[in-house]
Amino acid sequence: MNNNKFTSPEDLNRLRERLVKQREEGRIIITVCAGTGCLACGCEAVTAAFREALKENQLEDKVEIRTTGCHGFCERGPLVVLRPEGTFYQRVKPADAKLIVEQTIKHGKLVNKLLYRDPQTKEVIVKEDDIPFYSKQMRLIFGMNGHMDPTSINDYIALGGYQALAKALLTMTPEQVIDEVKKSGLRGRGGGGYHAGKKWASCRRAKGEPKYVICNADEGDPGAFMDRSLLEGNPHGVIEGMVIGAFAIGSHDGYVYVRNEYPLAVKNLNIAVDAAREHGFLGDNIFGSSFNFDIDVSRGGGAFVCGESTALMASLEGKIGEPRAKYVHTVDAGLWDKPSNLNNVETWANVPLIIEKGADWYSRIGTASSKGTKVFALTGKINNTGLVEVPMGITLREIIFDIGGGPPKGKKFKAVQTGGPSGGTLVVETREPKVHESLVAHGDIRDEEEVVSLLDLPVDFDELTKVGSMMGSGGMIVMDQDSCMVDVAKYFLNFLQEESCGKCTPCREGLRITLEILTRISEGKGQMEDLDTLEEISQVMIDTCLCQLGGSAPNPVLSTIRYFRQEYLAHIVEKRCPAGVCKELVSHAIDETCTGCHVCFSVCPTNAIIGQTKTLHVIDQDACIQCGACYQLCRFDSIKRVKRGEGDAIQYVAKEKWHPPVKKKAAAVA
Amino acid sequence: MSLPVEAQDELEQIITSIVDRYKAKPTALIMALQDIQKYYHYLPIEALKLIAKKMNLPVAQLFGVATFFKAFSLTPKGKHHMCVCTGTACHVRQAGVIVDNLSRSLGINPGETTPDGEISFETVNCIGACALGPVITVDDEYHGHMTVAKLNKVLDDLRGKKTAEEMVEEVQ
Repeated sequence: MNNNKFTSPEDLNRLRERLVKQREEGRIIITVCAGTGCLACGCEAVTAAFREALKENQLEDKVEIRTTGCHGFCERGPLVVLRPEGTFYQRVKPADAKLIVEQTIKHGKLVNKLLYRDPQTKEVIVKEDDIPFYSKQMRLIFGMNGHMDPTSINDYIALGGYQALAKALLTMTPEQVIDEVKKSGLRGRGGGGYHAGKKWASCRRAKGEPKYVICNADEGDPGAFMDRSLLEGNPHGVIEGMVIGAFAIGSHDGYVYVRNEYPLAVKNLNIAVDAAREHGFLGDNIFGSSFNFDIDVSRGGGAFVCGESTALMASLEGKIGEPRAKYVHTVDAGLWDKPSNLNNVETWANVPLIIEKGADWYSRIGTASSKGTKVFALTGKINNTGLVEVPMGITLREIIFDIGGGPPKGKKFKAVQTGGPSGGTLVVETREPKVHESLVAHGDIRDEEEVVSLLDLPVDFDELTKVGSMMGSGGMIVMDQDSCMVDVAKYFLNFLQEESCGKCTPCREGLRITLEILTRISEGKGQMEDLDTLEEISQVMIDTCLCQLGGSAPNPVLSTIRYFRQEYLAHIVEKRCPAGVCKELVSHAIDETCTGCHVCFSVCPTNAIIGQTKTLHVIDQDACIQCGACYQLCRFDSIKRVKRGEGDAIQYVAKEKWHPPVKKKAAAVA
Repeated sequence: MSLPVEAQDELEQIITSIVDRYKAKPTALIMALQDIQKYYHYLPIEALKLIAKKMNLPVAQLFGVATFFKAFSLTPKGKHHMCVCTGTACHVRQAGVIVDNLSRSLGINPGETTPDGEISFETVNCIGACALGPVITVDDEYHGHMTVAKLNKVLDDLRGKKTAEEMVEEVQ
């Protein structure tokens, strides 16, 4: 028998106490976020620079470098937090490492240029916990990420890891575990929102052996990366949840189906599974009990439809990832036609928390029907891109403005899209609210005049469904005035059409036709009847598609028509794209604010821009292919996207009004 | 695309080791195909046939799986591989402009390889670096906050890198 294996909770406690003591010995810890976002910003070079700097200052013994999973504040990466003080440094470059070591670690002085500065109040904030992005969150699951090296099982144990497993296995019966999860009100975080406890109970009741426990880590939603960050940053939390679940259900075989596109998640998960096995948290006679359970990590092919339970199971069997009709539920006949319980990464990660702290504690967080916290990937046109974990029931306004900091560059907020491609785009007009609370509560908000301030909608499985969107797995994409809603709907439909497996006709053909119509509208060839046709096809798809990919696919179309009908009408009737996104309907033109900086000149692929330095530039309307390269580049917002054909008129006016740029000095003298 | 005869033995060896690694379990089929694709940058048809034989599965099932998942390719990819993320976050930050321009610069459509076999590019749905959007990867290296100007520079660098490597090869 391996010496590392724990056979009793006392052993685990002893190790934990030792580790905690070690941690409390006053060593300074430099935590460097090594989530995908920070990796892409070059955090590996930062870690190496820290190592070098410590060596130079002979501090290697006194200071520890810990590369952790994602901290969530991706916008400001690479992130470095000095613990135990919690000093937060952002956008750290390799050259800054030496500075931090020499100033902060050696002399306790702060490096001002790396501190966080609130964009609105300009206030400098030193501590991680005081930054609004973090202080408004409730980081129950995600908080551990910043404190541990995901490849170290000891770090997880020091933070109280595997205590819940010991509690469940040695002091509870499987039925008690299920009751606890039921009582906690935990609902599936993958999107469906089905009660986890109920699912476990049906799987336990189901006839047939063996039973399988599966973790769905096939996160395919574009714009969502919370499962990935959880697996990368806290793989043991997911494993512990799965073992507890397997014990409750009576299963001995588990699978994690993770996308191959997430190499770091696959790597960290495999390391964690091996370590858990070595320590006896997986394998035979876990904690000296008679319970056996092991996990296989399976890398998936990365198809969106494989996030659907039956498709995932088919793919796990080595077949094409097509879903099947679910007259028989997967809890009765799933993988290899055996009872199978599938939950999403975040759901599993919630389980140890519920067992350890109790269902009563857990169910106090959240709303009446949605308990606990939810991790959202806040992206798009927003200042603070990143992962946020908030209690259920928080309003969209708090997430988008208080935590997310609103859209960048002072642009006007337009809409938020939740639930991924199958979710809905919600208008959140900033008009004065005329709506009565009671109407929103009844979902009766069809009247255009009444559609206001969905921003104050609480985030909750049922509330979001009522207004035509859904919780989904937690992608939250913010759009500002420059986003075209027809284009957004077209984008999602295009995505879904590519990802549709093609097995059932309504999805395969419905998506094709819907996309065709949307494309037509975005090209200015739409007709008024198109809107009715879209709604009709959508209804057929909702009623008849085999799986939820098709069944929820019309959500983006229906919700944009519902909240942005005016924008559709502008495309159809006026042949105009108000946001200036739909290529076929816009012209690019330069107005009188042009400074003659000449930057746009060289980027134009068709040489359509005419002008010399310090003169007004003009776009040759016939040569322009509306590629948008110059628009992206212009720092003065002088390039405008106007209705197709109106470019020359704008440029004519510009010619009349334009003055050569006045030098700053001369202006000051004048 | 079929392999030259001398490559067949190598293929046989590689596939035997891959199939053994996963103990020929059908649940590992996708992983086995991923490993082959990683080695060859595509799935040679001979590889599919061999795997089918060794894992005792119908070739049709393998062909089905290989064509179902977008990550697999039955045709060879370029020496350098570029991915443009077209996830929602990148899309609203104008990833489309990047795709169009890259397409035009390389003279190929997404999913194709340049005729000289040097560069292939494709669009992917979210690589999870949304904060950097619009983002592209070049041979697994991330380039964030892309603009057309930056893209041109990346392409120049890539072509430059290529010639540098070739120069080394020539010298050797």
